[in-house]
Amino acid sequence: MEIPLDQILIQTINGIVTGMILALVASGLTLIFGIMDVVNFAHGELFMLGAYVGVLTLAATGDFWIALIVATLAIALLGALIYLTTLRPLIGRDPLTTILATFGVSLVLQNFALWQFGPVARKIQEPITGHFQLFYLDYPYYRLAIAGLAAAIIGGLWLFLKFGTYGIWIRATTQDRVMAQAMGIPVPWVLTAVFAIGSGMAAASGVLFGPLVGVNSQMGTSWVLRAFIVVVVGGMGSLSGSIAAAIFISLLEAYASLWVSPAQAVIVSFIVLILTLLFRPTGLFVPTAR
Amino acid sequence: MSIDAIIGPAPAPPLARQPEEPLLKVEGVHTYYGKSHILDGVSLEVGRGEVVGLLGRNGVGKSTTLKAIAGLVHPSQGEVLFEGSSIVHLPPHRVARVGIAYVPEERRIFPLLTVLENLRTGLDRGGITKARKTELLDKVYAYFPVLAERRNQAGGTLSGGEQQMLAIARAMMLEPKIILLDEPTEGLMPRMVSQILEIIGVLRGEGVAVLLVEQNVPLTLEASRRIYFIEKGVVRHHALASELQVNDPVIHQYLGV
Repeated sequence: MEIPLDQILIQTINGIVTGMILALVASGLTLIFGIMDVVNFAHGELFMLGAYVGVLTLAATGDFWIALIVATLAIALLGALIYLTTLRPLIGRDPLTTILATFGVSLVLQNFALWQFGPVARKIQEPITGHFQLFYLDYPYYRLAIAGLAAAIIGGLWLFLKFGTYGIWIRATTQDRVMAQAMGIPVPWVLTAVFAIGSGMAAASGVLFGPLVGVNSQMGTSWVLRAFIVVVVGGMGSLSGSIAAAIFISLLEAYASLWVSPAQAVIVSFIVLILTLLFRPTGLFVPTAR
Repeated sequence: MSIDAIIGPAPAPPLARQPEEPLLKVEGVHTYYGKSHILDGVSLEVGRGEVVGLLGRNGVGKSTTLKAIAGLVHPSQGEVLFEGSSIVHLPPHRVARVGIAYVPEERRIFPLLTVLENLRTGLDRGGITKARKTELLDKVYAYFPVLAERRNQAGGTLSGGEQQMLAIARAMMLEPKIILLDEPTEGLMPRMVSQILEIIGVLRGEGVAVLLVEQNVPLTLEASRRIYFIEKGVVRHHALASELQVNDPVIHQYLGV
């Protein structure tokens, strides 16, 4: 079957846009995993609740950008509370208990959203409504804006980790928690802050992606699944690995949906996941010198 | 509330001064690792600016003593006093802030941080001016020129000796009143060993106390003012370093195989 070049280009752009959102979700997840070995199953629900806070703030203020900021801060605070009440008491226990705890939190949050907001999807009005001509398509500028914003947020996180004092604290804690404490770094505070940052990033992704799909209580589930695939394929705890893997997997899915339906294209991600676990379990995109 | 707390302590009469309070005082500390009793009532003291050695065979609890002081293991019983106040229940990062720096046996350099970033883990804290930070960095770069050369290199790429220097330099960033040094010469070349001795001398010159755990007896005797001998989790003997020789029967008793 002959695939026209314009379709390949469109799918490349689509793949990069979804890949950037996925990278934003996954970098919060990988940041949390890297520093505290916590596999956060509630991450998708923080994404979903972020979108809902966005819906409510948008309804109250009418400004998308205020909604984005309010949702990020509110969910960051919620993340800190979840960490302090649910995960901190489990420090030093079997990792399985933290998995079960975050899974429990995810069920509670999902059902809370269903109870509060009902089963009907809500809409977030995109802040940028223009289109441009991409071959035979009217392609919305907003999709490109999402990719740019996600890249900016990830870039900001990278700068924060690389150059700030708190970035050094976070990286030192990731590498050797005991020695970080012995150097006077307030590790309990650092862990709470990292959980809050990761949660806030999930919320920002939820608000940014909301206009494309509609907001409902289940929307986090499929994203967190893909984010987990990305985190494993990219190398657990590696930020740059997660970003590369997010774009790689999204592009693969986008190209695959040229032949099969998008629902079936997801299979490609699972094939990549299985092959990674079989042949390169430390991750496809981690430098070997790590 | 005592009367002293209200009106302040009565001024001590001249000539009848109390003996100077030790900087660090460990009193009857017990620790367990699982069910095994590691420390069985360790007591020792370190004065201000004093270098004190801790000698004993492997596995008698020397490293655990340092960890208990640093707050990294929690004593089940006993007291650790620093400048007269109890630090035994402080979390480790607060212990570091009161002026106790810990240099572990394995050095534990942050492998993916650069040399400078490793130093900044101790340097970037509240209440320190930018000028003071520069001053401290310049000082350790002067003592350890190799660290200045490699300031932008990842800590994990340094040699063993360089990592040991970085571990000590990093501890100095905290401007500690005491450094707990665990086997600093382990696995180092002889040239490096004499450099460690020099560094301990520099620290003493600056009024920083050192509690030194070592296997190298000549070095410990030369660096320290006093020596504690530890056996099965308890201090058995205590002597001035100047009264001991390398082949002293006491040393054979506690270190001989």
